[in-house]
Amino acid sequence: MKFDTPAGTNPIDQLKVIGKPTPRIDGPLKTTGSAPYAYEHHDAPDPAYGFILGSAIAKGRLTGMDLRDASAAPGVLAIVTAENAGKLGKGNFNTAKLLGGPEIEHYHQAVAIVVAETFEQARAAAALIRVDYARDKGRYDLAAAKDGAGKPPEGGFNGPADSGHGDFAGAFAAAPVQLDATYTTPDHAHAMMEPHATIAAWDGDRLDLWTANQMIAWSVGDMAKTLGIPREKVRMRSPFIGGGFGGKLFIRADAVLAALGARAANRAVKVALPRPFMFNNTPHRPATIQRIRLGATRDGKLVAIGHESWSGDLPGGGPETATGQTKLLYAGANRMTAMRLAVLDLPEGNAMRAPGEAPGMMALEIAIDEMAEKLGLDPVAFRVLNDTQVDPENPGRPYSQRQLNQCLQTGAEKFGWARRAKPGSVRDGRWLVGMGVAAAFRNNINMKSAARVRLDARGIVTVETDMTDIGTGTYTILAQTAAEMMGLPLDKVVVRLGDSSFPVSAGSGGQWGANSATAGVYAACVKLREAVAQKLGFNSADAVFAGGKVKSGKRSVPLAEAAKGGELVAEDAMEYGDLARKYQQSTFGAHFVEVGVDAATAEIRIRRMLAVCAAGRILNPVSARSQVIGAMTMGAGAALMEELAVDKRFGFFVNHDLAGYEVPVHADIPHQDVIFLAEADPTTSPMKAKGVGELGICGVGAAVANAIHNATGMRVRDYPITLDKLLAGMPELA
Amino acid sequence: MKAFSYQRAGSPAEAAAIVGRTQGARFIAGGTNLLDLMKLQIETPTHLVDVNHLGLDRIEATTEGGLRIGALVRNTDLAADGRVRKDYALLSRALVAGASGQLRNKATTAGNLLQRTRCPYFYDTNQPCNKRSPGSGCAAIGGVNRGLGVIGTSEACIATHPSDMAVAMRALDAVVETVRADGTARAIPIAEFHTLPGDTPNVENPLAPGELITAVTLPRPVGGTHIYHKVRDRASYAFALVSVGAILQKDGTGRVAFGGVAPRPWRVEAAEAEMPRGARAVAAAVLAGATPTEQNRFKLVLAERTLAAAIAEARG
Repeated sequence: MKFDTPAGTNPIDQLKVIGKPTPRIDGPLKTTGSAPYAYEHHDAPDPAYGFILGSAIAKGRLTGMDLRDASAAPGVLAIVTAENAGKLGKGNFNTAKLLGGPEIEHYHQAVAIVVAETFEQARAAAALIRVDYARDKGRYDLAAAKDGAGKPPEGGFNGPADSGHGDFAGAFAAAPVQLDATYTTPDHAHAMMEPHATIAAWDGDRLDLWTANQMIAWSVGDMAKTLGIPREKVRMRSPFIGGGFGGKLFIRADAVLAALGARAANRAVKVALPRPFMFNNTPHRPATIQRIRLGATRDGKLVAIGHESWSGDLPGGGPETATGQTKLLYAGANRMTAMRLAVLDLPEGNAMRAPGEAPGMMALEIAIDEMAEKLGLDPVAFRVLNDTQVDPENPGRPYSQRQLNQCLQTGAEKFGWARRAKPGSVRDGRWLVGMGVAAAFRNNINMKSAARVRLDARGIVTVETDMTDIGTGTYTILAQTAAEMMGLPLDKVVVRLGDSSFPVSAGSGGQWGANSATAGVYAACVKLREAVAQKLGFNSADAVFAGGKVKSGKRSVPLAEAAKGGELVAEDAMEYGDLARKYQQSTFGAHFVEVGVDAATAEIRIRRMLAVCAAGRILNPVSARSQVIGAMTMGAGAALMEELAVDKRFGFFVNHDLAGYEVPVHADIPHQDVIFLAEADPTTSPMKAKGVGELGICGVGAAVANAIHNATGMRVRDYPITLDKLLAGMPELA
Repeated sequence: MKAFSYQRAGSPAEAAAIVGRTQGARFIAGGTNLLDLMKLQIETPTHLVDVNHLGLDRIEATTEGGLRIGALVRNTDLAADGRVRKDYALLSRALVAGASGQLRNKATTAGNLLQRTRCPYFYDTNQPCNKRSPGSGCAAIGGVNRGLGVIGTSEACIATHPSDMAVAMRALDAVVETVRADGTARAIPIAEFHTLPGDTPNVENPLAPGELITAVTLPRPVGGTHIYHKVRDRASYAFALVSVGAILQKDGTGRVAFGGVAPRPWRVEAAEAEMPRGARAVAAAVLAGATPTEQNRFKLVLAERTLAAAIAEARG
């Protein structure tokens, strides 16, 4: 089905199931421990265990590997290294090789897998491999590499390196009020609960993989390319995923080395990456240095907006696209953005929840707060004043929907924003108290997505698609979609996901999953409705699907009747025309945060948070809220504690476990609220939905930073905002 | 993890004797630190002697009016004990500021004193570390060291001791009781229990091979207001950047030990004479001769300000 004109009224608009707060249908499986995650499948017979050895250096080469002791260790079945693995290709989506050697491209790059009868034997044997390295000098410091940074490659999700409109330089120079400030964000880790894990089993030349992966079709392709086998020979299953956040968009060393280990040992092999590998072996969100220049008139109109961002990656890698939102978020006739990419020899950078906007908004929305302060304007009012309903770089191109001002104003009212006082003036016992606000912005992306639906003689509709549920609630919204379309209650729908033998979906990434995958199910259900109508002798245009029946005029037939003579199967994909080019499709929100800062120790504690979101039709308010509060929590982490600490001598992230890489705990997040504004966007799909899972993180960090400024009067431009950056500005103690 | 053998000892003296005579043997109690270190091959014992079930899990009054805390008393039980909460509130507060509920349920009094540093370089066996691998060097010096020590450190090691409980024990003048491999007992004042790194940071205490901690005793209660203020980047489940364990009396006198700043709970008794003059004077004396790095210099200011907050809180 092609979606190329704005949606009219369709069965989804009944909102009998869609839009209703619906607990996740896979919840009982998860709370009872019976949802099989990647490492827990028992389909593979008699598995052996693989343990991966990572490089001890960041850059250089292996000069020798002595496998003798490891091979002779108890239980060892096979050891695979680059030397004996055979020829390997490289996937489209990974920058460094997933099995390194002799060249070493980053710290903890996999250099061997030991396969043994037990996990403990494999781990102990891996420690017996003796490796000699020749260490090369590497580049590990973004600030030092910044001046040598060049234009990143364009295309894919990167967009152009530079953009502009009007005369930025002239307008900025002439602006009566100017801001020119530089902000930094550190490298971030996904730090999801479930480590990357895979079970691999060969049956002749066919490979079965049970893994934790967000994008099945991409990853099947990369697996086939890496191993040099036809993609039809690879079956990948990933029905449950314990968090991904972009870290599982692609295959990683666990999948490739499990497959190689299984081939070498002639056994099914289980591999889970140990926790320290999640920080240096797998990708991360790259650090940025961002310079923002704003020029405004004295009455608060932005006339010049400039945003430059520097990030680094391994040779052949890509940039953190931190300037993207600045092209679109605020009005202003004169503008420029520029991204530059330095070569670094740290582990590879890649997508993490809201790539681009997450760190970009952390900087931009402090800058907006700073400018409002310079102008003597309330930061909510300043943002409202500079709203735009068109793409500012292409003013002929309107937003499909844009309720940013309504988000800000609703939030201000609900949060008690009017009580905000001047910086450093509110005290509650030992706490300095402040409030901050930031806009939330994330683009909406639609991706082609297919599904198959089956109707059986019991009246059960089964949805099959290779779509994944990374904890987001996908099972539930796909079931809601099929139930709405077929006129069934939720318990008559079964959803099966994450299997490469199912039709290819959009996958889970870039907050495109919810709208795209449900639209794919919609398309398949339209076909199934036609097949049912035909079978039952209805005119499909007149047939009404409701209450488990198909009706037209006075005739009413149970839906199950249509499958009496055999299962009915329909398959289709939703594909997109050029509506996303005609209309700028984005999601909006406003974050409000209140913090306390201990006047003695400068410890920062969030007191309450509110997000108001306008993000198209909310398919399931329960799972959407869960997505947003999770994103707000992640944003709080980025604001206050998350930082991969770089050892600039040895080139690795030092705090490579969950003790050293701190993420918020419950005590850090005392109170969160989420409000969704009513919205349905007919330009995005027949679902009229957009993404929301990444919107929730965009701007949170800046709202926290702005609240800290309001509490203390101190402006910190380098994340994370830790107490050591505030101590010098704390009040004198008695 | 290397393969190891395991046995349960029948008595404290037997446990000490076995470990004393068995090359590569270690005691295991709660295992909350040792097992992690074994998985990473930072500790590689070949034999584990289980000292649970030896009756060392009781808290008793001493004839001197203090408390004798068995080495195997779990952190949760110690923190919840009515006598501890009433007379040694500092200890209770320090305990609940540490780790998580699950860890405190397993972790023991002696094990808490003996836990190893959380220096990230100690935990990464690819990196040089004089504590883990004597003579290999210290990667933390010149590396990422925001959380590490500012005083009592050496050119060989700048690691901190991570315990909250030990800070309270130090302020309370606890005494560590042991039984040695030959069956004799001794008592080691807490001030002498954790040793400074010097050029042997792998040596962390005066215990001889096989010497088993059987109890920690506390002297008579000293009264006063007990405050444990642990400063960290997140609200819970993190090691201290700086912690202050203070016992403050109405007349302005008091005692204080600091955590998060040194290779052992850091207390300078002579500096406590400055207590009536306030935090700045005390901190200056306690931290005299500190050698912070560029990244952790803030701990000096933070220690002073945290103590000032504690004093202000005690004065109400």
